[in-house]
Amino acid sequence: MSGNTCVIVGASHGGVNCAFELRKQGFDGDIVLIDKDPQLPYHRPPLSKAFLLGGDPTALQPLKAQSAYAQSDIDLKLGVEVESLDVSAKQVVTSEGAIDYDSVVLATGATPFIPPISGLSEAKNSFVLRDANDATDILAAVQNTENTINHVVVVGAGYIGLEAAASLSKLGAKVTVVEREQRILQRVASEPLSTFMTHKHKANGIEIVCQKTVSAVKTSEANQLVVLDDGTELKADMIIVGVGVRVNTELAQASGIETLPQGIVVDAHMKTSISNIYAVGDCTVFPHPTLGDKCHIESVQNAVGQARIVAQTITGKVSTYDEQPWFWSDQFDAKLQSVGLPKDADNILVREEGDNALSVWHFDGEALVCVEAINAPKAYVLGGRWIAKKVLIDKEKLTDVNVAIKDCVL
Amino acid sequence: MTQIIFITADEQEHVLEADSGSLMELAVANNIAGIDGDCGGVCSCATCHVHIAPEDKARVGEASEIEADMLELAENVTENSRLCCQIAISDKLEGIRVTVAEG
Ligand SMILES: Cc1cc2nc3c(=O)[nH]c(=O)nc-3n(C[C@H](O)[C@H](O)[C@H](O)COP(=O)(O)OP(=O)(O)OC[C@H]3O[C@@H](n4cnc5c(N)ncnc54)[C@H](O)[C@@H]3O)c2cc1C
Ligand code: FES
Repeated sequence: MSGNTCVIVGASHGGVNCAFELRKQGFDGDIVLIDKDPQLPYHRPPLSKAFLLGGDPTALQPLKAQSAYAQSDIDLKLGVEVESLDVSAKQVVTSEGAIDYDSVVLATGATPFIPPISGLSEAKNSFVLRDANDATDILAAVQNTENTINHVVVVGAGYIGLEAAASLSKLGAKVTVVEREQRILQRVASEPLSTFMTHKHKANGIEIVCQKTVSAVKTSEANQLVVLDDGTELKADMIIVGVGVRVNTELAQASGIETLPQGIVVDAHMKTSISNIYAVGDCTVFPHPTLGDKCHIESVQNAVGQARIVAQTITGKVSTYDEQPWFWSDQFDAKLQSVGLPKDADNILVREEGDNALSVWHFDGEALVCVEAINAPKAYVLGGRWIAKKVLIDKEKLTDVNVAIKDCVL
Repeated sequence: MTQIIFITADEQEHVLEADSGSLMELAVANNIAGIDGDCGGVCSCATCHVHIAPEDKARVGEASEIEADMLELAENVTENSRLCCQIAISDKLEGIRVTVAEG
């Protein structure tokens, strides 16, 4: 396969794993891995958690050691932006010139959405949180002794917003989270889980305001206020905007690849609508045997899992992406883990284990489809195994905490 | 500096040194094959599975309950298994031998 060049656009969880997996699968052509971010590729999940709490702006956690790229003969080009794909000339056009390709993997991820709120673009200390630069800016603002951050308003109660809220509150700020929907995590988690996490945040001094939107930000010399739609004014020395993302589909779209608003359309082998162009990770919309034909998932597992599949596809194996999605989040002393997606569940059962642990079991008929666990790794591990093996479960036993989870199989 | 010996699937011995961080971070920083550390070390992925040499187990200590549960996601689990992101490097680990688990 020599004389065969694979260009990977985006060097984060998806792109980096794709590059190394290609080598593992025996790909012996050239691998060019490009990212506009100048940092050695790093783990994103700690940015809202350990990185903020650790207080050391240099403590990014690398995905791989710098030397690993050379060792695996991966040409890592950082600080280089891909501007377009020339599909007919088979070239990737970058800020530093064109590169001929035989195959391209788009691992372009997503960009935080900034809602059109009056005054937001002029606001002081207003941040999104997606990359190292965002996280370092937040940290610098927290550590700026001339301008103490006492009050923080987080807009949007998704995972990233809530994790940032938990971290900033631990660092001493008075945090208010404003959410448009009825409950926190509405888009991504079940109601019992939301309720548990709402209590957890409140118990740690965070204020949660649901069913309110931000109508304006008013910044003056003296102070900065976030104004809600009911007129409430919240002091905000810092604003974190965490209302979701827009997938980076521009490159694909401009080259005629099929896209949807949620992402770049791929098949179960990560092929896009144009041959020899693939996509993985947060930027994709993909079919899944149990989850539906237009899935979009933003998680490390999804990016890593799809990277593994695309490497197999490019090296001529036929494998289908059918992993059950899994996810984690850490907020205060709550370790949240989920497997499967709550989608299509027609009934859910809650198993409470003490006052700081619970698991939520989602069923579609008799079939277990998803488990969300807080401080309950056994539920997460066994649940994941049972979903994969389609094990039937005794629902009555499951809600009885005196019966061990492993004994709840029918 | 504490010396840690990683043994990879190809039976190579890698003698590494550090004085802080986790065994997983040390392994990733030195490209130890088979230690992926996908979750970044928060005991959520089980891609950092190792076997501790029996004679070193007492010094390394026991897995926490969460870690023990998460280990069930890994393959080739034995009584010497640990998720090495949960093992903090300190001088008391001097010279321990850690074999990367297959799977
Ligand atoms: C703060 C935070 C916390 C998170 N916590 C968790 C968690 O606890 N658990 C979990 O499972 N997931 C978590 N996630 C989600 C997880 O990080 C993402 O799902 C994952 O990063 C997706 O990887 P990706 O490679 O698909 O995309 P991304 O990580 O978005 O990477 C895309 C890369 O492409 C580059 N790029 C895009 N366009 C171009 C171009 N034209 N030219 C050059 N480069 C380009 C970008 O610079 C970027 O580096 C978190 C995310 C964030 C931001
Ligand atoms: S690195 Fe994920 S469990 Fe150890």
